[in-house]
Amino acid sequence: MADETQAAAHQEAHREAQAVQAADREPTFPRERTCPFAPPAEYARWQAEQPVAEVVLPSGQDAWLLTRHQDVRAMLDDPRFSADSAHPGFPRMYRQAVPQVLKGTFLRMDGADHLRYRRMLGKEFTAKGAKEMRPLVERTVDGLLDRMAEQGSPADLVTALAYPVPSTTICGVLGVPYEDRARFEDSTRVMISGRSTPEEVVRAKEEILGYLTGLVAAKEREPGDDLISRLLEEQVATGELDRDEVPVLAWLLLAAGHDTTASMIGLGALLLMEHADQLAALRSDPGLVAGAVEELLRHQTIMQIGMNRVALEDVRIGDRTVRAGEGVVAQLMAANRDPEVFADPDRFDITRSARGHVAFGYGPHQCLGQMLARVELQVTLARLFERFPKLRTVRPVAEIPFRHHMFGLYGVTELMVEW
Amino acid sequence: MVIGVRVDAERCCGSGNCAFTLPEVFDQDPSDGRVVLLQNRPHSGVLDLVREAADLCPSGAIELTE
Ligand code: HEM
Ligand code: SF4
Repeated sequence: MADETQAAAHQEAHREAQAVQAADREPTFPRERTCPFAPPAEYARWQAEQPVAEVVLPSGQDAWLLTRHQDVRAMLDDPRFSADSAHPGFPRMYRQAVPQVLKGTFLRMDGADHLRYRRMLGKEFTAKGAKEMRPLVERTVDGLLDRMAEQGSPADLVTALAYPVPSTTICGVLGVPYEDRARFEDSTRVMISGRSTPEEVVRAKEEILGYLTGLVAAKEREPGDDLISRLLEEQVATGELDRDEVPVLAWLLLAAGHDTTASMIGLGALLLMEHADQLAALRSDPGLVAGAVEELLRHQTIMQIGMNRVALEDVRIGDRTVRAGEGVVAQLMAANRDPEVFADPDRFDITRSARGHVAFGYGPHQCLGQMLARVELQVTLARLFERFPKLRTVRPVAEIPFRHHMFGLYGVTELMVEW
Repeated sequence: MVIGVRVDAERCCGSGNCAFTLPEVFDQDPSDGRVVLLQNRPHSGVLDLVREAADLCPSGAIELTE
């Protein structure tokens, strides 16, 4: 306990020192986009000239920015780098102190502690399991497309399809009862909307956590065929997991799987509509959809800031040495446009082999829900253009609202379409 | 040509990439998502996919021996 207090005091002092430092330093990362479909131009320049670049983060901290595919993969799979955001050297993207990390947040854990959680949840997210989810996702998507057809053209694809698909899917996985969905979705909408204030987001997060805590209690009384019930029956019952961690895990899954998939559905539909030839190819050969989704993930890497880690030892990357305690940012967008791996990387081509992209990250933290996300994206995009072959955007790209701030996920906030 | 495959379930994070790429060679344990090797000497027709699976594995859990 004394150790913890000491560590906290140390961290506090460190943060204060950095806040002073931050006051007179201009951040050099992240940069702004100039094209809505491409990463900021500086990232390609860094990749060619300074693949391990020294940057200043918005927090005022120095960090190393990795832009090459090879370096990004190697760093993210190297146990000498930690994902623990409580480490004083962990690269922070905001000036504000990091909010306290709730127990069970395996996203920020390392090594065996982290893998323990992956194994508890792993059975819910296997490749086979995702395949078995396909009929459910198909029914969800078809139902939403029916409603779009009934209500008639035009429609906002973001609210009509992009959000409801992952929301319904994850509710099904977690076992959120049908009658609670509206309540649940209201809070989620506030949390993920680009227009909410930070206070609204905090309140919405608390509401969802509160709701999930109640849901866990309900599942204890009356278990169902769902992830929460299985965690309670298998992991909590055996003492492997604290009961209090269950709502946190449910919240993590929701937060990690909802906005991400929704953003990719919106951007994916838009990019396909903007490339009539690719869309025509996809419609004439539905077998292309799996490859098209990989290419969309590569080309529109929505994790636009980067994956942050802190070095636990001195590590050589390229011709630079990262010292223990220094922060490193793996730029996934840049890595996915590395010409060494993807020829003519800015070209959007659904027939290329885009496997090997790092849109889901790399290393032991690589996206737990990626197989499910793939199924959701494949089904949604295939069915959408099958149902509405003439689907087109109402407005030109210049008038479509993108989330322009370089923090958080990339995406469109509204996508009016007609058919 | 034949290729030998070894997996290290201790390192595996259950990403599912291998089972997604080549389900006849790689499966996942239904109790924790960890890799299960179905064939340690897959036939030559699937060599490219075996190599792809090894390259895609995010946690370096798949090893190939020529
Ligand atoms: C297109 C959609 C998605 C994208 C682009 C995406 C991307 C990512 C990325 C880049 C990471 C790595 C984070 C890191 O290394 O720090 C990650 C982790 C994660 N994702 Fe996803 N994700 C998507 C969908 C989903 C879905 C549908 C779920 C679950 C239902 C999910 C659950 C998770 C979880 C739990 C983690 C943390 C894994 C860990 O730390 O071990 N994601 N995701
Ligand atoms: S690809 Fe690697 S980490 Fe993923 S399930 Fe297969 S062996 Fe495990």
